[in-house]
Amino acid sequence: MNKALRTSLGMALALLILAAPLILPNYQTQLAVLWLMVLLALTWDIMGGQMGYNSFGNIVYFGVGMYTTAVIQRGLFFDIDEYAHVAGGTGSQLSLLDYLLGLGLGLTGGALLCVVLAVILGAGILGLRGHYFAICTLGLGIAAGEIASGWDYLGAGSGLVTPLFPETFFGRGIFFYYYFLTLASLTFVVLRYLYSERFGLAINAIRDDEDKAESMGLYTTRYKTIAWSVSAVFLALAGGAYGNLIGFIDPLDVAFAGPTFGVWMVLMAILGGKGTVWGPVIGATIFHITQELFWTYLLGWQRVALGLLIVVIVVFFPLGILGWIRERWPERFGERVEGKQ
Amino acid sequence: MDNLLLLVDAPVFSLQLLIDGLLAGAIFALAAYGMALVWGVMNIINITQGEFVILGGFVTLYLSYLGVHPLWGVPVSALALFIVGWGVYRLVIFRIVDRDLFISILATFGISILLQQLMNQIFGADIQNADPNLGTLFLFNDDVAIANIKFVALAITIVVGALLILFLRKSRIGQAIRATAQSARAARLMGIDTDRVYATTYALNAALCGATGSLVVMTWVIHPFIGLIYTVRSFMIVVVAGLGNLAGVVVAGLGLGAVENFAGFLLGTEFQAAFVFSLLVIILVWRNYRLGKKRQYLR
Amino acid sequence: MYKLAKTTIISLGTALLTFGLVGNAPAKVEGDTIVLGAAVSLTGKYTTAGNHTQRGYDLAVQRVNSMGGVKVGGKSYRLKVIYYDDESTPARGAQLAERLIKQDGVKFMLGPYSSGLTKAMAPVTEKHKVPMVEGNGASRSLFNKGYRYLFAVLSTSEQYLQEAINLAAEQAIKMGKSPSSVKVAVAVENDPFSLDIRAGVLDDAKRHGMKVVVDDKLPRELSDMSSTLTKVKALKPDVLVVSGHSKGASLAVRQTTQMRVKTPIMAMTHCESAKVTSAEKFGMRAEGILCASQWAPTMTYRDNWFGSSGDYAKTFESAYGYVPPYQAAESTASVLVWVDALQRAGSFDTEKVRDALSATNMQTFYGNIKFDETGKNIAKPMVLRQIQGGKYKVVAPTKWASDPLVYPRP
Repeated sequence: MNKALRTSLGMALALLILAAPLILPNYQTQLAVLWLMVLLALTWDIMGGQMGYNSFGNIVYFGVGMYTTAVIQRGLFFDIDEYAHVAGGTGSQLSLLDYLLGLGLGLTGGALLCVVLAVILGAGILGLRGHYFAICTLGLGIAAGEIASGWDYLGAGSGLVTPLFPETFFGRGIFFYYYFLTLASLTFVVLRYLYSERFGLAINAIRDDEDKAESMGLYTTRYKTIAWSVSAVFLALAGGAYGNLIGFIDPLDVAFAGPTFGVWMVLMAILGGKGTVWGPVIGATIFHITQELFWTYLLGWQRVALGLLIVVIVVFFPLGILGWIRERWPERFGERVEGKQ
Repeated sequence: MDNLLLLVDAPVFSLQLLIDGLLAGAIFALAAYGMALVWGVMNIINITQGEFVILGGFVTLYLSYLGVHPLWGVPVSALALFIVGWGVYRLVIFRIVDRDLFISILATFGISILLQQLMNQIFGADIQNADPNLGTLFLFNDDVAIANIKFVALAITIVVGALLILFLRKSRIGQAIRATAQSARAARLMGIDTDRVYATTYALNAALCGATGSLVVMTWVIHPFIGLIYTVRSFMIVVVAGLGNLAGVVVAGLGLGAVENFAGFLLGTEFQAAFVFSLLVIILVWRNYRLGKKRQYLR
Repeated sequence: MYKLAKTTIISLGTALLTFGLVGNAPAKVEGDTIVLGAAVSLTGKYTTAGNHTQRGYDLAVQRVNSMGGVKVGGKSYRLKVIYYDDESTPARGAQLAERLIKQDGVKFMLGPYSSGLTKAMAPVTEKHKVPMVEGNGASRSLFNKGYRYLFAVLSTSEQYLQEAINLAAEQAIKMGKSPSSVKVAVAVENDPFSLDIRAGVLDDAKRHGMKVVVDDKLPRELSDMSSTLTKVKALKPDVLVVSGHSKGASLAVRQTTQMRVKTPIMAMTHCESAKVTSAEKFGMRAEGILCASQWAPTMTYRDNWFGSSGDYAKTFESAYGYVPPYQAAESTASVLVWVDALQRAGSFDTEKVRDALSATNMQTFYGNIKFDETGKNIAKPMVLRQIQGGKYKVVAPTKWASDPLVYPRP
């Protein structure tokens, strides 16, 4: 394929992505969630794929970001006692400017808090290796959800209702589609840049052999903390907006949704091929679509199908789609294979 | 604070919490045996643990519908789940034995959500229990009340634990299991059919879960979507006790039960799980800190 | 590298295509069929009640269709419900509401099971101005948001156990004590519905000056409530209130007997759904428990579709093999409200239908239905039934009471 064709294909794809919510106005939310999925898979892959630290606890930052954003939004414009008494907005609408101000401040606050949290938690947890790390982060994810669901200030088990999206010329779906698209693209670009730098080499070295990396004079703890914080920032920004998209934050089912989002982010990265930049993107796209189709056509059996799919993915494609393609056609990836060509 | 004062004023209630918690812990320990075994021998973290427990509970439940006393469900569920476990091994698990531990977590997670909905379709979603009608032991003017089935559960846990140790020490296949746990390669070289060993280990684990489920349906309630808590508890117990230490599993199990009960009483039940999981994180971090002191880290 | 680009394009293309294909959905009315949309819990923690809900809807649709359907503007239409499984999680519920409205073109919504799910779906239906008639979201917080398109046939959650607290106060007065001497223990599940029940009970207790001695929120993955019950035993309250959907009800009945927790009054929700009077499951353990009920088969309401409340119970039992819990009845009633409103509106215009809904004033086998401006039903009281001799007997409010209260419970 020549370069011109490639460029034009790329342009067409970009246009398609940009115009998608206008072409398919009925699917705005699902399409927005698609980008959220891509983002989840990408951020998981920083630790899980590139650094070899399999985390089940990244959902913590998603949830913390979501709650922080909602609490800041609530605190700015509403009387907290009254808001809590009626368990959510009173039907009074915010103006678009106020809404965006609240959301912006909330997201910033959430992101900052998550970085601080990542550094603090990282100091304790990032020293763990292998499955102890996986288990510890799993415990962290569950504990965070349970704490949120007992904490009255956050509405405890009743959850928290986020302010309604104001009535404007563009809808909620459009707004969040472009928000998540921008955020996912930003994540992608930032990660690609980071992976091409010293940082990428360092975390790959940690994955391949942490002790050796350490003995070569690499400040492993520093790199691990940075990686953990980068995923925390993007997850917080995603979580805060997702809370507003859904409109109702339930501590265990929406915010700290370990059994769904928490596991899916891992699966999507593995499905696409962990440790690559494009893998999580492809994995997330395919996973999201398959799942939506299961939901529609396999009512009552969708989880059986999903379970089967997960087993098939991890048993037969442990390297993911990209890994599989790479094994079959290594020359496409610039690897020299003897006997071919 | 009020709750703490209550315990100080009436210490008899701490006795209730302690005994009840310890006995509940014995039931968790039974499922944790299996997890320790599979983890230690096959290097697989089996997330399906909880669903096996619930499935065992349903077997006992249906047995009790036939007019059989549910206590007979303990061996029957164990047997039924042994077969299920063998089947699951032959279908899926054998493909992931030598893989990364993480792959096993995901694959068994897949099986677990599959089983959840399958059970929902087959058995229905109703909350179920099978009453053993063994009555309750009352002490101190009714202030301490412990269901007798829980004592039975403790006895079963101890007996099964002892049998398991005997089995691993004395029987041929038990010795093969231990040999494989030490070094699968060496075991294969010595002519041990490791595939068979793995199948037996996994099936044995499922059987232990089946027996647990049988006790759970007699003590508390089951429904298809409640398995996860048993997985998570087995997990915690094994992490605290370490692998290959059955006595440690019992102690950790009993301890977990008691800690959960006291946490629920003192902090309010809404923070019971939060406390337990925060404890898990703290234990792991602390353990790492201790280990880290022995190693020389780069600063 | 171009391989990657191609893969991405192909997968994205397929994505858009599949979405597009799925999306060419039937509109609100196809030919002679009116399509209602519902997300119900077929998996997850609310499955039991979700099944009752779905069966309630199905039974109503069957009955209405077999009796000639819905007459709108001189033409007869059949009813049909599109279901999705919300998996008992609000995030899913919100997305499914959007899917029903935008992709399946549904203009008439039925509610999901539980307050949490309704809370997640109501903002969506509101945004798209699609009316929703629901029978299973009782939380008060649904009705102070100014929602115009939400209509609930059931009584709100603060009314569930209000009568139980009032009864406790009456009994205290009868025994020559002041109601403020009554001690209340509350153990509710940590979810929107049960927390709302708790809020109602706390308000009522405060009104009578009662002291709340135990106030525990039970985890959703509840399997054992012995530490809460230990506290109850230690503090000896006069009233124990338990609310935790079916699971909470089963556990409370079992463990209070097991641990000999004796409170003169014990009040719960979801007794029917948990089948606590079933002899083989619980024996006589539930004796004397007070159960809050939206509806009971012994009530004397009637309508043209099902006849009396008792007739409805019989129809349901012959179809599904068990006595309908109120969750099924209120779901059936939601469909009947739709039928009535559509016939009165004589049009499928959502605004006209909405106005017809808000003007609803009818009697169904389930009770009288009349909505106030917030959309909740104000014409139907809750009843409080006590389990006496293994049967439910209505003991409060006085208008419906068939038997006197047995106090203290045996």
